[in-house]
Amino acid sequence: MDTLRSQTSRTVLALGLLSGAFILFTGAVGMIAAFHEREVVDRFISLGQLLLLIAPFVTGYFVASRLHEYGEAPAQILVAGLAAGMLTALPSVVLLLFNSDEFRFLLFLVLRLAPFVAASAIAWGRHQAGADTQTVIGIWLLIAVLVGIVTFSFALIFEIKGDLRSVLVNIDRDWVEVITFDNRKDLPVGIATFGLVSIAAGFAGCMLHLMPNVPRRALIYGLGITALVGAFGETARLILQENVDRDTLREIFRRDTLRQHAALALFVISTAAGFFWAMYGSQVRQSFDNIDTSNRRRLNMIGLVIFVAFMLLLPWLIGRTLSDVAVTIGIFVLMGLGLNIAIGLAGLLDLGYLTNYAVGAYILAVLTSIGPLGLFKGTFTFWMVIPLALLAAMFAGFIFAVPVLRMRGDYLAIATLGFGEIIGKLAISDWLKPLIGGAQGVQAIPKPIFFGAELKNPEQLYYIVLVASLVCLFVSIRLNNSRTGRQWMAIREDEDVATAMGIDTARAKLLAFTLSAATGGVAGAIFAAKVGTVFPNSFTVFVSINVLSLIIVGGIASNPGIVVGAIVLIGMPELLREFAEFRFLLYGALLILMMIKRPQGLIPSKIVTHEHQSGVKAKLAAAE
Amino acid sequence: MAEKTKSGPSRILEAKGMTKRFEGLVAVDSLDFYIPEGAIASIIGPNGAGKTTFFNCITGFYEIDEGEILFNGSRLHGRSPDQIARAGISRTYQNIRLFNNMSAIENIMVGQEPHLKSTWIGAILGLPSTREEDDHTEDRARELLHFVGLEGKGDMLAKNLSYGDQRRLEIGRALASQPKLILLDEPTAGMNPRETIETTDFIRRLRDEIGITIVLIEHDMRVVMDISEHITVLDYGRKIAEGLPADIQTNSDVIEAYLGRGAAAATVEN
Ligand SMILES: Nc1ncnc2c1ncn2[C@@H]1O[C@H](COP(=O)(O)OP(=O)(O)OP(=O)(O)O)[C@@H](O)[C@H]1O
Ligand SMILES: [Mg+2]
Repeated sequence: MDTLRSQTSRTVLALGLLSGAFILFTGAVGMIAAFHEREVVDRFISLGQLLLLIAPFVTGYFVASRLHEYGEAPAQILVAGLAAGMLTALPSVVLLLFNSDEFRFLLFLVLRLAPFVAASAIAWGRHQAGADTQTVIGIWLLIAVLVGIVTFSFALIFEIKGDLRSVLVNIDRDWVEVITFDNRKDLPVGIATFGLVSIAAGFAGCMLHLMPNVPRRALIYGLGITALVGAFGETARLILQENVDRDTLREIFRRDTLRQHAALALFVISTAAGFFWAMYGSQVRQSFDNIDTSNRRRLNMIGLVIFVAFMLLLPWLIGRTLSDVAVTIGIFVLMGLGLNIAIGLAGLLDLGYLTNYAVGAYILAVLTSIGPLGLFKGTFTFWMVIPLALLAAMFAGFIFAVPVLRMRGDYLAIATLGFGEIIGKLAISDWLKPLIGGAQGVQAIPKPIFFGAELKNPEQLYYIVLVASLVCLFVSIRLNNSRTGRQWMAIREDEDVATAMGIDTARAKLLAFTLSAATGGVAGAIFAAKVGTVFPNSFTVFVSINVLSLIIVGGIASNPGIVVGAIVLIGMPELLREFAEFRFLLYGALLILMMIKRPQGLIPSKIVTHEHQSGVKAKLAAAE
Repeated sequence: MAEKTKSGPSRILEAKGMTKRFEGLVAVDSLDFYIPEGAIASIIGPNGAGKTTFFNCITGFYEIDEGEILFNGSRLHGRSPDQIARAGISRTYQNIRLFNNMSAIENIMVGQEPHLKSTWIGAILGLPSTREEDDHTEDRARELLHFVGLEGKGDMLAKNLSYGDQRRLEIGRALASQPKLILLDEPTAGMNPRETIETTDFIRRLRDEIGITIVLIEHDMRVVMDISEHITVLDYGRKIAEGLPADIQTNSDVIEAYLGRGAAAATVEN
């Protein structure tokens, strides 16, 4: 019984403080204040406030599920939920109370000293446990460096302006305003409100877990969908705008935010839908499973037709602004599919993918531009140059692949990373300035012309990206199921043995690099045509990291995963400007979360090399 | 036997003065070795004697420092592992090295590499010749699965097969290239007595039915004495004895270096 108690209280304490740290951290980096600008439901709740609610709510839910496993009684679980909610608020409240310069300075010192204290403590423990001196020193160094990196980045965020007064710059009026739920003037009331809201949310999370299965799932659907639509209110409005009349639209949205009654209606409808799905979903799925093969094939065909029709009609369904986002997503899907040939199929960790992208973009720019840097001033059209961009990128891929063919894993990653950097520097260099314009880049790239019509709108460019992606998808599926695909798989699994089977690994790897590069080149060319100008700024290592991240988040070697990954990682920051500011923070958080909870990706491919995958991730972390 | 083969069938593999060094350690020390076509020969020796290194040199994993290796009379050393595989030598590994995340049948299909001709362009375009070859490859792979006794397990991932099945699959993969010579590195390691007997019979069948020449490294003395026609004993990289099983069993050098006195006495009595 005693162990149960201590286990229970430890769980509550750990999870509660974790969520408290989360709230404190998001506040300190300015995320809460920034998200407060975005209203989720009109005059009711902002995204920042939603964040303050979600943390204790989710924590409450998890605490309940843990305690349920331990076999605690419901009453105890509910109390634990209250405690978890309180703990979530605690760190921020402490900061709120002691929000003085002295306190900030103290915090700053703690952060600076933390690595050494932590390292010393752990090293001392090891020493006591009888480890030899060398190991102890090694562990001390390792931990000091690791914790140092973490706290240093914290300190950097706090110390952003360089002097001590501005440690924790983001812990400012705005933050206080949000966290006290608009009671900055009356701090006690503000703190009480914050605490109570947090506790209530923790309690509600617990309640949710204690509910019977069906209403619980219904509520999760309802809350989730409402919050999602609310947060992406602008996107939702843009989509609706294309499909309903003005008055209805005005009924539902006030500018970009969901009106209260609309939110309520949405919640009711989605909860009801969730309820039906929770009740009858498994039955529906079962009857699907029972369909015989010929009917199933017909059903699959119908599904495919609907999907194709949807993809073809998409620009009309979502309108111009979102089509623009769709084109950006599409370009990254294309790159993802291309890079996946190297990484997913052949297991070659290429961190220099931006090389191919840049080559494609610059080739298109220089050959078609009608500006001063254009070589042919309009004689070459987009369509003529696309194959050239493809060939040029293939060539570049080939050239860069030759020296790294003998390298494996980590070394390959580092070398390709270096090549990517070289290309970035070359693009901005004075040496190539006469040709590609240095920092100014190449301007005045005409839009593609299709049977006399200029494809100047994103709705039209969308089709180019769609076709290119489909071609790439087709090629990679065909190759994956061929002798070449098996060669790549074998190399990915065990290169030595692959050679011993008679595979010319150098040739197979070259092919993977080159084909992957070709796709990148086409993506770059489309990007150049879309934007109309090409700057070196567009070609930083972040392109490579973005593409790699979306492959990993979606699921290595999984084609649907790449699409989902691109939508999440590229689309979300585009659609929610507040996200864009914290893009890499969210990337990092998402990647870490994925590594721990779902290393196979959101939509895993059937066969995933775990070993290879964890390798990729470690390297990605190192690259960032 | 050594006397008989000198004038008998041609030597399919021959090593002369072969030496491989690792930073001061001489793993294989000016070794002379040959095997007549269609024979089953064993290499034995204590741990670290250089047996696996010998295989690695033949298959081109390691470059030899001195000496030469001849395969059907032509030079083998200096060629890359994939060229050697294409020349008709394949092998298995002491610690099974399958393509773990590929299915059993895919493993065997990869093994057929030396005989495949289709190209990536053919695959993208879906050329009839490519499809035909793919179908043929798959059919042959199924036959081989059957031959090694893995019928019906073709779609399982290699890593999900049982230990014995993995050993079988590895041999199947090695056979897929239709080699003239196959090198088996401890094929019965980790097997129970029944599996060991099955594997021994299987190896004999390989030679008798398909006519493949076999060199095997083996620690299990019963297996070695049972199927080898010729035995080479290595110790610290040097050949300390060779000959017929009966000769080796009574050879005093071998007994000292390898079997240890007590065990040797027992073996001789058997
Ligand atoms: N790549 C290498 N680098 C350095 N030394 C090596 C290497 N490969 C093998 N050796 C050394 O060469 C010697 C022979 O090793 P080998 O693996 O050939 O022995 P073995 O006869 O196969 O032994 P076992 O019965 O244990 O498999 C050993 O001392 C080993 O440590
Ligand atoms: Mg060995």
